[in-house]
Amino acid sequence: MTLDPQATIDAIWRIESPKIVGGLTRLVRDIGTAEDLAHDALVAALQQWPRDGVPSNPGAWLMATAKHRAIDHLRRQALHARKTPAMAAEWTESPSSHTAPDATDLDDDVGDDVLRLIFAACHPILPPEQRVALTLRLIGGLTTAEIARAFLCAEPTVAQRIVRAKRAIANARVPFEVPRGQDRRARLAAVLDVVYLIFNEGYTATSGDTWTRTPLCEEGMRLGRVLASLLPEEPEVHGLSALMQLHGSRLRARRSSSGEPVLLDAQERSRWDRVLIRRGLAALDRAERLSTTPGAYALQAGIAACHARARGLEETDWPRIVDLYTALAYLTGSPVVELNRAVAVGMASGPAAGLAIVDALVTSAALTTYHYLPSVRGHLLEQLGRAAEARVEFQRAAALTKNAQERAVLLARAERLGSA
Amino acid sequence: MGAYNEELSRAGVLLAGEGLHPSSKGARVRFADKTRAVVNGPFVESKELIAGFWLIQARDLAEALEWAKRIPFDEDEVEIRQVFDAEDFGSRAHARTANTK
Repeated sequence: MTLDPQATIDAIWRIESPKIVGGLTRLVRDIGTAEDLAHDALVAALQQWPRDGVPSNPGAWLMATAKHRAIDHLRRQALHARKTPAMAAEWTESPSSHTAPDATDLDDDVGDDVLRLIFAACHPILPPEQRVALTLRLIGGLTTAEIARAFLCAEPTVAQRIVRAKRAIANARVPFEVPRGQDRRARLAAVLDVVYLIFNEGYTATSGDTWTRTPLCEEGMRLGRVLASLLPEEPEVHGLSALMQLHGSRLRARRSSSGEPVLLDAQERSRWDRVLIRRGLAALDRAERLSTTPGAYALQAGIAACHARARGLEETDWPRIVDLYTALAYLTGSPVVELNRAVAVGMASGPAAGLAIVDALVTSAALTTYHYLPSVRGHLLEQLGRAAEARVEFQRAAALTKNAQERAVLLARAERLGSA
Repeated sequence: MGAYNEELSRAGVLLAGEGLHPSSKGARVRFADKTRAVVNGPFVESKELIAGFWLIQARDLAEALEWAKRIPFDEDEVEIRQVFDAEDFGSRAHARTANTK
């Protein structure tokens, strides 16, 4: 079987483009220009490779071709700057732009270039949807069409997000660097949040007709592993990687053969992915060894690990999960976490204790449109035998969710209570 | 091989991988109806012996092939297989090596 050369080139591009765009950005100091130059190299490959065959080291070929174009570009710019005195003043601000840097510079610190690119794409000056689109484009090597498909939005919308993001980074003169010192913690947190957003959009699709979108989860997990290998000493990087892989291990069990969502208590645990569980537990172990005060991702991974280690719902270490949620609620102050703590308390100490926590949250303004609140309340009321009240809660939850399959499940639960 | 595995790891695609002892340390179980016959290694009659495997996450066959082509082997053969997924759109490819004798 021979593969379409286009598919081969696409695959090579996905593997190589973060390294190439990262290296070029360090050279030309502008992500947009770097992407254009890298794309020129890709076009050259598309012309030559189908005719002459794919070179034995295609990554090096692309890098060398892109590098030559970058140096030409810098020379032209330097020439142009000499011809136009007004611009020349600006160029003197960055003396490195005047001379074409030594080409061998580009081959150093490939990992660092990718890391710099991640930090730039996830820069806090960008709104979250732009960070996500730019990260998937630059680090994931996804095309605009692929990103649009994954997020169920129109291609021009995604294209515009990417253009705006690149322009904002250029206008703000965001330095192409891995942040150090004071800034580092907040910047790293922003990067981790973007990766988790990508994973979660696949894990619990907030809109659309399907419950999960596996390719986004896989890309999120892959980005997590990239970060873990580039920043091996950061506990929360391993915490997030653990969390995504432990949640990701349940993907196959989370939907029935007909595509309906299957919640944790009904999942067939033999369908959980043991490889991802093993990787997730190892990452959590590393996070715990690097820090004695776990961050929000490590705590959530700790909760997921309790489920991964248990053979069934009854054998789960619910008191430990309650402790972890208590720590997480303290750390984040999030009412959503408090709601999850209520579920765990319901399992550890009975539905009445869980309901008491939920009832205290009913007035929380942040949760008034959150479908999970009435869903949890309905579940606890059902366990307490208060069927009529539970039914109303499930109906309320169904009205609030934007996901079609989840709505169907909630309405079915309400229906069952009605006929009982 | 260390550098290659490092590259897989940095790209975030490596899920698992192991090298296997020679077949002299292994055994086979042959099935025929209800009988189970155990045959001890080495298996000199075999044309192919599996010497190790990688489990990688790739988006499609082209990407899995691209990673496989980069394995620093001078000879031998590498077979690429996709892990079965119920939904069949999880795209994890499973590469395993088959060393020729």
